[in-house]
Amino acid sequence: MAEHLKPRPLSPFLTIFRWPVTMATSIVHRVTGVGLAGGLVVLVWWLIAASSGPEAYNFFIDLAETTIGQICLFGFTWALAYHAVNGIRHLAWDLGYGYQVRTADISGIAVIVLSVLIAIGVFAIAYAGYGGYYQ
Amino acid sequence: MSLETPLHKAQGMGSAHSGVGHFWKQRVTAVALIPLTVWFAISIIGLIGAPIAAVLNFLFNPVNAVLMAAFVLIALYHMVLGLQEVILDYVPHQGLRFFLMLVNYTFALALAAATIFALLRIVGT
Repeated sequence: MAEHLKPRPLSPFLTIFRWPVTMATSIVHRVTGVGLAGGLVVLVWWLIAASSGPEAYNFFIDLAETTIGQICLFGFTWALAYHAVNGIRHLAWDLGYGYQVRTADISGIAVIVLSVLIAIGVFAIAYAGYGGYYQ
Repeated sequence: MSLETPLHKAQGMGSAHSGVGHFWKQRVTAVALIPLTVWFAISIIGLIGAPIAAVLNFLFNPVNAVLMAAFVLIALYHMVLGLQEVILDYVPHQGLRFFLMLVNYTFALALAAATIFALLRIVGT
């Protein structure tokens, strides 16, 4: 009996492989896509609240200004930035560009860095008081 | 030698009977969402901390109302296509899969109806 052998993986899944950049960005693209469905619910809620009057609107804003609300909004902001930027990367692939392993790795890292910078940038603008220019 | 019948080949629908429709719609909505997302970001940042009157004033503008409707409705379409792909990938049980597909479409249509209702109510008052 081969008792000295470790149990071999029978059906490799995500936990078996190392995480190349391209695999991570692909999985995160799908996760952010599903998450943004929740973002759309919040956006529609905001529109309904605005159309319903000050009471409903202020209730929404009060929730959005809590710590948990701000964390959720930051999550949605980053998810939208990531899904949009990585979506452009996917469209470039659809046109046949950027398939070299090195190119795909570099564009993947660029997408991660850029999406984080955009999300932090949006919140920096908001907290520094440069938002709200449509009042 | 191809076993495809001439009719099947002419229809170009393949073995899934839907051709490239899903793939193509997802790309078209994705391209449309690029400029709309930029507009949406600029708009939302401009409304941070704004009282309800400023939000209503912003959406009362027909250009903003139409762009907001386009952003939400096209995003919902893109969402339906994406969630459909996720459901088909991860749910092997046929009954549950069928149920989730119905939930997916019903959920999106309900949100679309609510969006149109909200915008019409704002523009109409």
